[in-house]
Amino acid sequence: MAITVRAVERPARTFATQLYLVEVWRGLAVTFRHLFVNLFRHAMKAFGIKGYLPGSVTIQYPEDPAVLGKRARMRHRLLKRDDSTPRCTACLLCETICPAKCIRITAEDAPDPKIEKRAKTFDIDLGLCVFCGYCVEACPVDAIHMDAKDVELSAYARKDMIWDMPELLGDKVKVPSRPV
Amino acid sequence: MGKIVKYKLNGVEREAEEGRLVIDAAKDAGVEIPHYCYHPALGNPGNCRMCIIEVAGAPKPQVSCRTGVREGMVVSSDSEAAKRAQASALELHLVNHPLDCPVCDQSGECGLQDYYMKIGQYQSEVREDKEHKDKRIVAGPHVMLDQERCILCTRCTRFVDDVTKTHELGIFGMGHAEKIALAPGMTLDNAYSGNVVDICPVGALTDRDFRYKVRVWYLDKTDSICPGCARGCNISVHTNTARPWHNDGKRVARLKPRVNRDVNGYWMCDEGRYGFGSLDADRLGKVLRLQPARTELSWEAVAAEVAGVLKNAGDGLAVVASGMLSNEDWAAYQALFVDTLKVKRHYFASEPDQVGVEDELLRKKDKVPNLKGAQALGLESGSFDELAKNLESGTVKTLYVVERDLTKVYGDRARVLMAKAGTTILQGPNKYSLGDCFTYRLPATAYVEEDGHFTNFEGKIQAYQKALAPIGDSRPDWAIFGLLQKALSGAKTSGAVA
Repeated sequence: MAITVRAVERPARTFATQLYLVEVWRGLAVTFRHLFVNLFRHAMKAFGIKGYLPGSVTIQYPEDPAVLGKRARMRHRLLKRDDSTPRCTACLLCETICPAKCIRITAEDAPDPKIEKRAKTFDIDLGLCVFCGYCVEACPVDAIHMDAKDVELSAYARKDMIWDMPELLGDKVKVPSRPV
Repeated sequence: MGKIVKYKLNGVEREAEEGRLVIDAAKDAGVEIPHYCYHPALGNPGNCRMCIIEVAGAPKPQVSCRTGVREGMVVSSDSEAAKRAQASALELHLVNHPLDCPVCDQSGECGLQDYYMKIGQYQSEVREDKEHKDKRIVAGPHVMLDQERCILCTRCTRFVDDVTKTHELGIFGMGHAEKIALAPGMTLDNAYSGNVVDICPVGALTDRDFRYKVRVWYLDKTDSICPGCARGCNISVHTNTARPWHNDGKRVARLKPRVNRDVNGYWMCDEGRYGFGSLDADRLGKVLRLQPARTELSWEAVAAEVAGVLKNAGDGLAVVASGMLSNEDWAAYQALFVDTLKVKRHYFASEPDQVGVEDELLRKKDKVPNLKGAQALGLESGSFDELAKNLESGTVKTLYVVERDLTKVYGDRARVLMAKAGTTILQGPNKYSLGDCFTYRLPATAYVEEDGHFTNFEGKIQAYQKALAPIGDSRPDWAIFGLLQKALSGAKTSGAVA
């Protein structure tokens, strides 16, 4: 498709815009509309009258937990089969697709010949991860999700940004080191 | 050479020898017809039906691996009818294939994957459940068999029947239960068993040594020559350097044969194929003087010191080398030790430690690639018994060892013999077992870290290429010889490097 250029006319400068005061009042009108609408909605809720939308609130993050969208990409999580073995078959597709090269997997023979292959180690360096979600898309066995409900991923040392397999599976709690 | 006839392939007029198989003639013309069972060295049973083509005038599509070129023949491999026939042949191959590509070592170089992407039907009309067979059968010391993935092309059974004549593999059962299996009481342990992995177009036969080490798309491939024996099989060195955490940190992942009808055909032996394990073991990376105290030196400093040692050694100098040296190394060797230093005692014969099994297929007795290169320059080797006598009598006081493990030559006696010599110099890629007993230790590159040429037992000169970066300060042998020569004769450099 060819790129087309459409010239957009700058809004004409009228006496009202030049006067400035009119625009200030128009802006304040928006602010006060939000104030009164929310005040009304909160009041309706306080009186127990239903049928109105909930009023806006300020989230007290980080004292209160962050409210995340349903499809937000959070920390990775490795899933397990029904028999609680890791689902990962170490096919290395996530490692291959990863644009940040933050996944490192080594493979070994699985005890069950039908499963054949499993991960010996599975490390994700969240310090390198760009949270693109390609690993989740690439996984053929639905072994990795980015829904650990964890976005607070800071650490005092770079090595603490690397999560290993038991930590990603939830078998082990990640214990970060304290600053030296 | 038969009569040359004209025929038409995909609408283009072409020429080929009369009776030449259409699949071969098309390959010569640069058109690849999909195929599984056909292999130039193993014949054309025509059982896979993948190479199906449309021949004008024929009532049904024909298999190109059993159809000869005739005068005026009109063939098309990419017409709608031919493609539909190929797609349905592929669909039938996939009826019982488990499609476990994510865990299969073959994926990335699999015939089923490649042709599926090219001509696949994408929507299978097969509604039956897949037949499950045994997976992970240890077929032999080097090969793992997965019966489920097999498409019964019979290449492997033909290989063990026609090439090695050992008959370990066969087809058992009928219909859906038909499968490749080991003959009762046998294991796939012939000297060429690794080749069945190469010829298997799918993941049914995979390498145990390579199993789950590296995905094939991470590998870099470099043309090389096998240094395992005097045959000089053409090989491809597959290296993994981008992701070092795979393959246990080893840089070379596997060796594969390259086709060269004049030397090795399509094959290589297991000894050569799996003989790269010690390549990175105990590598030398630093230029060292070990006696009286361990000191790290620069190349220039060590060259000056060693040159002094060599000059003063006179007739008491003996040089131990091996057929691992390239033609370039031998030329520099000759310039340094023969022309400049006039050394009389050269020991590079393959006896007693570098000899092994010889057979009619590929393997040769000398287990080093380039003794012929030394012989071509007129170098002659003394026997190692003679060297032992000379060392014991004290005639040889200075010993220069190039890429050879003396413990393998003399066994436990080597340590005693080494102690008899005054100054000893080791030049080579690996430390070997006596590496700490030498006076000087000069790190040299392994064959995968340098460019060069080997002359095989028939006198064929073949080039091998650099696949990896050298370790530490190591330099090619010819460069070290050149450096010593420069140090010996002031500014004169080794001009003999071929």
